Amino acid sequence: MPVKPIIEGQGLRKEFGTLKAVDGISFSVMPGEVFGFLGPNGAGKTTTMKMIECVSPATAGVLTVFGLDVNRDPRGIKRWLGVVPQETNLDPDFTAIENLLIYARYFGIPPAEARRRSEDLLSFVQLSEKRNVPIEKLSGGMKRRLILARALVNSPRLLVLDEPTIGLDPQARHLMWEKLKALQAAGNTIVLTTHYLEEAERLCNRLVIMDHGKILVEGAPGDLVRQYAGEDVVEADHTPGVVRCLEEIGARFEVHGDMVQVFSDRPKEVATRLLSDCNPGRVFVRRGSLEDVFLSLTGRALRD
Amino acid sequence: MIPRPTWYAWKVWRRNWDVFFKTYRVNFLPPFVEPVLYLLAIGYGLGMFVGEIDGVPYVLYIAPALLAISMMNSSFFECTYSSFVRMYYQKTFDAMISTPLSIEDVIAGELLWGATRSLIYATAMLAVLIVFGVVSLPSSLLVIPFSFLAGLLFSGIGMCFTAITPGIDTLNYPAFLFITPMFLFSGTFFPLSVLPEALQLVAIAVLPLAQVVTVTRSLTLATLSPLFLYSLAWIASCAAIFFFLSIHLMKKRLVV
Ligand SMILES: Nc1ncnc2c1ncn2[C@@H]1O[C@H](COP(=O)(O)OP(=O)(O)O)[C@@H](O)[C@H]1O
Ligand SMILES: [Mg+2]
Repeated sequence: MPVKPIIEGQGLRKEFGTLKAVDGISFSVMPGEVFGFLGPNGAGKTTTMKMIECVSPATAGVLTVFGLDVNRDPRGIKRWLGVVPQETNLDPDFTAIENLLIYARYFGIPPAEARRRSEDLLSFVQLSEKRNVPIEKLSGGMKRRLILARALVNSPRLLVLDEPTIGLDPQARHLMWEKLKALQAAGNTIVLTTHYLEEAERLCNRLVIMDHGKILVEGAPGDLVRQYAGEDVVEADHTPGVVRCLEEIGARFEVHGDMVQVFSDRPKEVATRLLSDCNPGRVFVRRGSLEDVFLSLTGRALRD
Repeated sequence: MIPRPTWYAWKVWRRNWDVFFKTYRVNFLPPFVEPVLYLLAIGYGLGMFVGEIDGVPYVLYIAPALLAISMMNSSFFECTYSSFVRMYYQKTFDAMISTPLSIEDVIAGELLWGATRSLIYATAMLAVLIVFGVVSLPSSLLVIPFSFLAGLLFSGIGMCFTAITPGIDTLNYPAFLFITPMFLFSGTFFPLSVLPEALQLVAIAVLPLAQVVTVTRSLTLATLSPLFLYSLAWIASCAAIFFFLSIHLMKKRLVV
């Protein structure tokens, strides 16, 4: 029997007036997978998450979660969904543990069970000592972790994380990654959005890169890097000599400010050639990254 | 397209109940202190000069008005400023609708909570009025269930404003242009009969507080006003209309 996808979107569209926030995307997320939505600001990631969360109706297209239609059975879907929204929306009228208990009540979890789960989850996200602290007294990283705990309170079959590490310092981000890795290892299906490419590279089994409401590419991070950036990338100072050399070799390169970036499947040859013939100043060879893929697909123009 | 909230609304109600009792010391002071101040200053103080209205000592005349005003304020302001804060600043509604709760459930829960606040405040105030001996018993006890219905009416009206207000500041308009005049011109501190006839008719036809005062006064004085049934029916039907209308408007605002 073929495995059924947890989420399946087909020709999904969302328009706000004349703005096409999501412009006909199709994707499917399989059980146990960590699936990433990458893209610059305004790409349509949050809008897509909200449609999956059954809180924002699609303008057109078909979207099923757990095989259920988001328009017809939102309650049945939401029952098994754990959501970390982009915008922190913990309940400021309550303490950390009360936030979990009250959220559990929305799911109809009996009080004793809710208390047990809440204590476990607080310890999972390392907030047990903060259990009785009001929300406003928590740091940004603690709030994000508490939201993650809150998303887990109903033992969800699917986690939807919209920029789970937004605004966190490196320590807090690494802690969050550790927790997400643990959830992934436990077999959870996770959908996440991010514009931290390192995050996507570390966590995602598969991802799509979106821009202007469309999916540009889809694949495993490693495959995308090989396909769009090459295994290795050579960077050198941007001088007329270097550019002339590269044109002679016929290598594919891009100029970014005072650096040129060379995409090649023979990085060593290119680097040697540059060093011996072109008087390049500095030359670096490094592994290709998702960032290279991302920037080459979405361009370098600033988004806000 | 009539909104269909479900019993899940009570979970939202329960959340607000929990917050209320977390801070009950602050919340419970006004319903006990306010009526004492009004009774002393207006009922007895001003009453010295007014004497009687329609054969009723002034302090007995305004006692039901104090109850009615309290029902209005406690529910209307809960479902305007407080609901707006929860919706807009705290994003509480967004968090709720990511759970099995629907937006209909959330707004219905808010309205039921507004009505409950009216009941809590009216009951506390009634206790004070009973101690002062300015309301008849046992008919006045019917004020307790009635205050829930009246509270539901003002909650629904308030929630309609919340659904259409661009920001929290613009909620001052209904507060000053609707609630304040109603507070004064609903047969609260003086009978409608002293107003020009046209104004009387307007008050009796459209002012929600005038209806609530009529019903409450009939209960605390234990004398049925000729308008009692009219006002009660008016309140019940408008409470139902605004209940569904406000949920509909909120849905339009929040589901995008
Ligand atoms: N409620 C809304 N009304 C109007 N436009 C919106 C709304 N929500 C999002 N948008 C627009 O839709 C586009 C996609 O937004 P979003 O999905 O938040 O992007 P991302 O999460 O990828 O940064 C943006 O141009 C944004 O301004
Ligand atoms: Mg976003």
